[in-house]
Amino acid sequence: MKAPARQLADGAAETVLIVPSMHCAGCMAKVESGLSAVPGVNAARVNLTARQVVVRHAPGMRPLALVEALGAIGFPAQPRGDDIAPPPSAAKALLAPLAVAGFAAMNVMLLSVSIWSGAEGATRELFHWLSALIGVPAILYAGRVFFASAWTVLKHGRTNMDVPISIGVILATTLSLYEVFTGGADAWFDGTLMLLLFLLAGRTLDAAMRDKARAGVDALLRQAAPGALVVGRSGAVDWLAARDLFPGMIMRVAAGERLAADGEIAAGSSRFDNSLLTGEAAPVAAGPGDAVHAGTLNLEAPVDVRVTAAGQGTTLAEIARLMGAAGQARSRYVRIADRASRLYAPAVHTLAALTFAGWMLAGAGLHQSLVIAIAVLIITCPCALGLAVPVAQVVACGALMRSGIMVKDGSALERLAKVDRALLDKTGSLTMGRPLPDPAVLDSLDAEEAGVALALASHSRHPLSRALVEALTTRQVAAQDLTEVHEEAGHGLTALWRGVPVALRRPNMAAGMAATLDIGGRATWLIPFADRLRPDAVEALAELSALGITASILSGDNAAAVAETARSLGLTAQAAASPADKQDAIARLQRSGRNVLMVGDGLNDGPALAAADASIAPGGASDVGRQAADCVFLGDSLLAIPRVVRASRRTTAVVRQNFVLAIGYNVLAVPLAMAGRVTPLIAAAAMSISSVIVIANSLRLASAAKGADQ
Amino acid sequence: MNGLAILIPIALGMGLFGLAAFFWALKSGQFDDCEGAAARILIDDEGDRLP
Repeated sequence: MKAPARQLADGAAETVLIVPSMHCAGCMAKVESGLSAVPGVNAARVNLTARQVVVRHAPGMRPLALVEALGAIGFPAQPRGDDIAPPPSAAKALLAPLAVAGFAAMNVMLLSVSIWSGAEGATRELFHWLSALIGVPAILYAGRVFFASAWTVLKHGRTNMDVPISIGVILATTLSLYEVFTGGADAWFDGTLMLLLFLLAGRTLDAAMRDKARAGVDALLRQAAPGALVVGRSGAVDWLAARDLFPGMIMRVAAGERLAADGEIAAGSSRFDNSLLTGEAAPVAAGPGDAVHAGTLNLEAPVDVRVTAAGQGTTLAEIARLMGAAGQARSRYVRIADRASRLYAPAVHTLAALTFAGWMLAGAGLHQSLVIAIAVLIITCPCALGLAVPVAQVVACGALMRSGIMVKDGSALERLAKVDRALLDKTGSLTMGRPLPDPAVLDSLDAEEAGVALALASHSRHPLSRALVEALTTRQVAAQDLTEVHEEAGHGLTALWRGVPVALRRPNMAAGMAATLDIGGRATWLIPFADRLRPDAVEALAELSALGITASILSGDNAAAVAETARSLGLTAQAAASPADKQDAIARLQRSGRNVLMVGDGLNDGPALAAADASIAPGGASDVGRQAADCVFLGDSLLAIPRVVRASRRTTAVVRQNFVLAIGYNVLAVPLAMAGRVTPLIAAAAMSISSVIVIANSLRLASAAKGADQ
Repeated sequence: MNGLAILIPIALGMGLFGLAAFFWALKSGQFDDCEGAAARILIDDEGDRLP
């Protein structure tokens, strides 16, 4: 194993393990105390946000020993490689400027209030000097965020919201400094700092939302960090990351595991679920010598696979190439805030210039005209505008996250709101993508039989057994007591129940997927397994069409299987589509002016998810699917799709209202400013009131993820 | 008015102290795991570790 352990200065080593299943204080305590009990471990500290634990241990220790120790207490874990280290947080860089702006704004405001309430002469001058002393360094430090961004776009000859902000801030600071030096009546440090504070608050919220959603998606991705158990020459078994696999190595793939590389079977035989790779739902049998592909799921028995291609040579790499070319629709998209600032910035600057020229013509002096023009700039500075978009999107994303839908960023919400055409993948998206037991048969089992089936199945990690456990547990079946439970890989489970032999095994003649339940002295039950439609699929599609979105199926599965699903849902369908076909279908719709939503989970959907205007993947999707999609929903219900579309439309409506409110305030305040009637007091009051109104309006979105009647 | 000469430095000093404390907290990693910090107080780690 390539040791991810890092040597520390004091001789100890440090390993970071990813433990995706931690979610509460109890888990933290178990993981920390469980690891501390391992000999050689000095300390273990959990980071719950990143779902990982940092272990300090003796330098000679192998990370696999730590993984095994965690596995023994019920927490599957993986050593963290460099490529899945969490990306640097976007919000953290903004916290320090936000704190400085907050500190300076409060103290300067305190001094300003004294001036407004009548401080005169030497006291006023002292307070102005103090304000400048606090304000100027704080403005330079906290304003860097905006200055840097404005400078970058200006260099490319474009403009964004940061350009009018930077110009306003710099001019106001310069003017205030001049006033301080010449003993003038008004300084604008308080307003400038407050503006920076509000804008930074909006930025920080926006970044924090992106961090949080990304952390959620990363935690999902890590659950399936690709890799394999590799059998060495001496028979030793070691876990290797997918990128360290080489042709010729032998991987041992247990039932229920996904293959990390292409290969051919060296020993054993099993059936493989190709649905993530091709969209095909029916499992494919493979024996010694047969080729199997990375990303497929081993359904039945453990097999040894000789790697024939890894990394660049695999089917996965081909899909990654297609995805690199997709995603243009998304990079062309311009966010609402940037579109607004394209109109706003020239308008504001023209107004300020006109004011200056007007007062000069009217015979006011250079100084007075400049003061009034800068008052116009400060009043129109997009304080409420800067909050209008991020606050609304943060509130909506928070509401969606609480209902199990993770939206990756604000622009995804904006693109989702425009969608008017939906393409749905079949296997894994419209259907559950995993075999489920026939509910009619489960209904006809009596309580004892169901209890025996549950007890037997709970002893196996086979996919069919796990599906059976899940189905029986939701029916609140109580497990029976068994003795002498024995599992024979590839065949099934046997045990004794009240002295009677019982068994859950593979049927002798295998037509499709099934399991037989044998209880000595009773009739044998055959429990068929099949991939089923998600619950609420019909309701979800009805809600989508009520929202004005036409849906159809776009699947890689064969025509017969797709036709059956399409008939039962009343949708049109395109079957046997390759990843490139899916991309073409989306491009065709986009050319005819539709905004396409893609719902898919598989590797074969990756390019389509990246090419569509917006995309959604279920939580059980492949890594590629989850990475390419704009949002990921947890749970089985497809109702998440109409819910997220509705929430995004409401968010866009609230953003529009916010713009109207923010601009409406300008319509009132700008004439005052142009008439030269605005003092720093009025500017400060107007700025805070308009910001509070915009925030209050956005908070109405807290219920955005609720049901259809909203 | 002489009171101002004392009060203003005190007010600013307190503000700066708060700012410095925040920077220290930021630097020492206290904002790295907000979720975990909230959960950690619930851990009952005295139960079996009492001497």
